[in-house]
Amino acid sequence: MIAEIGLACLWLAAALAVLQMVSGAMALRGAADGAINPMAIYARPAAVVQAGLAVLAFAMLLWAFAITDLSIKLVATNSHSMKPLIYKLTGTWGNHEGSMLLWVGVLALSGGLLAGFERRLPERTMGAALGVQGFVALGFYAFLLFSSNPFERLPVPAVEGVGLNPLLQDIGLAIHPPTLYAGYVGLSVAFSLAMGALLTREVNPAFARVMRPWVLGAWVLLTLGITAGSYWAYYELGWGGWWFWDPVENASLMPWLAATALMHSVSVLAARDALRTWTIMLGVLAFSMSMLGTFLVRSGVLTSVHAFAVDPERGAFILALLGLYIGGAFAIFALRAGAVAEGQRFAVTSREGALVFNNVMLSAILAIVLMGTLYPLLTEAFDVRVSVGPPYFNPASAIFAVPMFVVMAIGPLLRWKADTPARVQFELTLVAAVLIAVIALVSFFGQFPLLPLLGLGLAAALAVAALLPLRGRRLARVPTATWGMVLAHFGVAVSLFGMACEGAFTQERLAAIAPGATEDVGDFAVTLESVTPVAGPNWTAIEARLAVRQGGGEPAILTPQARNFWSPPQATSESALLTRWNGQLYAVIGNQNEDGRWQIRVWWKPFVTFIWYGGMLIALGGLLAIAGRVRVDVRRRKAARLGRARRADLAALGGAAPAPAE
Amino acid sequence: MRSSVWLWVPLALFAFFAGLAAYMLTQEKDQFVESTMIGQPLPDFALKPAFADLPGAGRGDFVGGGPRLLNIWASWCLPCIAEAPQLEALQDAGAEIVGIAIRDRPEDVAAFLARHGNPYVRIGADDISEVQLAIGSSGVPETFVIDAEGVIRYQHIGDIRADDVPMLLDQLEKAR
Repeated sequence: MIAEIGLACLWLAAALAVLQMVSGAMALRGAADGAINPMAIYARPAAVVQAGLAVLAFAMLLWAFAITDLSIKLVATNSHSMKPLIYKLTGTWGNHEGSMLLWVGVLALSGGLLAGFERRLPERTMGAALGVQGFVALGFYAFLLFSSNPFERLPVPAVEGVGLNPLLQDIGLAIHPPTLYAGYVGLSVAFSLAMGALLTREVNPAFARVMRPWVLGAWVLLTLGITAGSYWAYYELGWGGWWFWDPVENASLMPWLAATALMHSVSVLAARDALRTWTIMLGVLAFSMSMLGTFLVRSGVLTSVHAFAVDPERGAFILALLGLYIGGAFAIFALRAGAVAEGQRFAVTSREGALVFNNVMLSAILAIVLMGTLYPLLTEAFDVRVSVGPPYFNPASAIFAVPMFVVMAIGPLLRWKADTPARVQFELTLVAAVLIAVIALVSFFGQFPLLPLLGLGLAAALAVAALLPLRGRRLARVPTATWGMVLAHFGVAVSLFGMACEGAFTQERLAAIAPGATEDVGDFAVTLESVTPVAGPNWTAIEARLAVRQGGGEPAILTPQARNFWSPPQATSESALLTRWNGQLYAVIGNQNEDGRWQIRVWWKPFVTFIWYGGMLIALGGLLAIAGRVRVDVRRRKAARLGRARRADLAALGGAAPAPAE
Repeated sequence: MRSSVWLWVPLALFAFFAGLAAYMLTQEKDQFVESTMIGQPLPDFALKPAFADLPGAGRGDFVGGGPRLLNIWASWCLPCIAEAPQLEALQDAGAEIVGIAIRDRPEDVAAFLARHGNPYVRIGADDISEVQLAIGSSGVPETFVIDAEGVIRYQHIGDIRADDVPMLLDQLEKAR
């Protein structure tokens, strides 16, 4: 029954998506006399009920995985009755169909939330946005129902499941994909709103204020998802790196870059009524990048460590959806954007000017990543196989990232509309001095590669600059949203510091040692005490016991493992980490040599944890910004309501009503 | 005033990508990476016999005559048992097969051949995987097609399945 309820929910939700699409489109018609088309009132309830149905469908699949219902094909091929419950549950989205259902569930939920809570937009724009949202959802329902049905039954129930890929049997799977998906698909709201505003040509600050919390919310989730994913790859793969420029990592980075640019440009639109076309463009681009990522991951056109079981037919289906949505959106953009009235103008040296510069830099980095990701696809069309890696991505993105960080340090200090460098002379001098001093100091102590060196200098300068907008202000009166910006920018500095330290100061030791022997790495003396077999619920492993001593005192014990899972059979390397405030010791056990010694690989990575602390600070800054904006908005609406009530009272008393303040 | 031509750029870029992706989706996805040893001459080697009844193998044994198969195998390797019938079939079809036994003992080699048949004309003993590594093989079994000049023309990784036999005969023909 569970599967049938889930499937029925999906079909019903798809039907409601049709209603939402048609009813939303009706909002655009028959508004000549200013009245709302009576057909348009169904869009909101359709979106809300559709969200409930999609969530219910996902809950049904979750339930089927929890009880390991082996009559469902997806459960039989991806789960196992002997797996710990948490991995049974997370296994729901550890496969193509289940993760697609999660994707669609979040898509419907975002649409439902938009329909349920957003009352500030004109109904025409809102109707158009909901119509677009329904249109997008419909395509993905069709994809699930016709090509990736998660509820498909087996003719004969399986005796036992195949099990989940051991690399995914980790708590990381519980956090990373749902957060990331919520971020990806949360951007669909920005997409729908942008399309809605483009169709009705109502691109104005009021629209930007409606769009902003959605963009911020999706961006916070993306930031958290990428941060979690990076840490997960770092400790789970056992390769010691935190970012591999893998196509799937890039697929998550590209929407983040677009969303970062969008978030800043929508703020300019809200505050200054400038950058209208550009904001719409980014709104379309951000979700397009999410969909493009879905295509790259699931079609198998690119080779990646993350690849799902690939299927060209599914790839063709998603490509058709991409053509419909991205192609359609860009076509409407090309036809309509010229008709959107130009926004306010501003000087080059102004807050807007700095934001535009960084928007262009972010877009350039996005283009660099996109080209690097798609380049193998292009060359393979001519039968040349290439792999694009850090030697391209690092310097190419740095060309744009370095000026971006410089402008990011200065931008928040500038005034809106027009400003002069002379006004912020002190701040400029301070930031430049910190930058040069740090680079000089670090170069004095040793020879380091250029990029980490620049990174260290920029991180220090940015950290100082991030706090400068607070200078000379009464801290208690600084708006919450400004605190959010300060925190997020400071987080970027922290993260950059971690990346630069990891790049410049990492020490690595690869040695074959016998039990009892000691190796030195950094300040640490690592002794291999023993190598013993251990067993877990669905794996056996060889576990090394490493005693780590720093100076004198009690040793810390690290236990890296080489694990062998038996269903499905696969070997994984479980790294062991020793976290100190100033870095991490990372240990992996390798094979045994013929002479009985064990290969042990140990890294000392100074301040590597700052990469992820920074990521969390950035996300926290985003949360503060949302909280601040929502609070201001609630207050403003309350004041407007009180004002209206007072005017109504005055009118009732027969007095002259004062003009509304807004 | 903004030029409206610019507004079409995103659509044009996307159309290019969509066309490329659609083309690539229809292409056979070839995950196979060809060894850089293909087209290279065999390295110089001379291996002692792996057991008493057959001569050992060296680079010189591949020069002259027709193309040959070079089979990397070992008596301790289970997939090698699985591919034994296919090697027989290749031999019956006229292929000349030179074996290289990896890290093996003469008595084990003899026992293996007695049980699973002997398709080889000569077998060299590579006790330290020296030749195996030099020709770009990382495991057992692997089978190379070597032309009459002693140049590597094709590499088959893994055991030879029944449907690989015509393909290998075809490769031998091409190397002629």
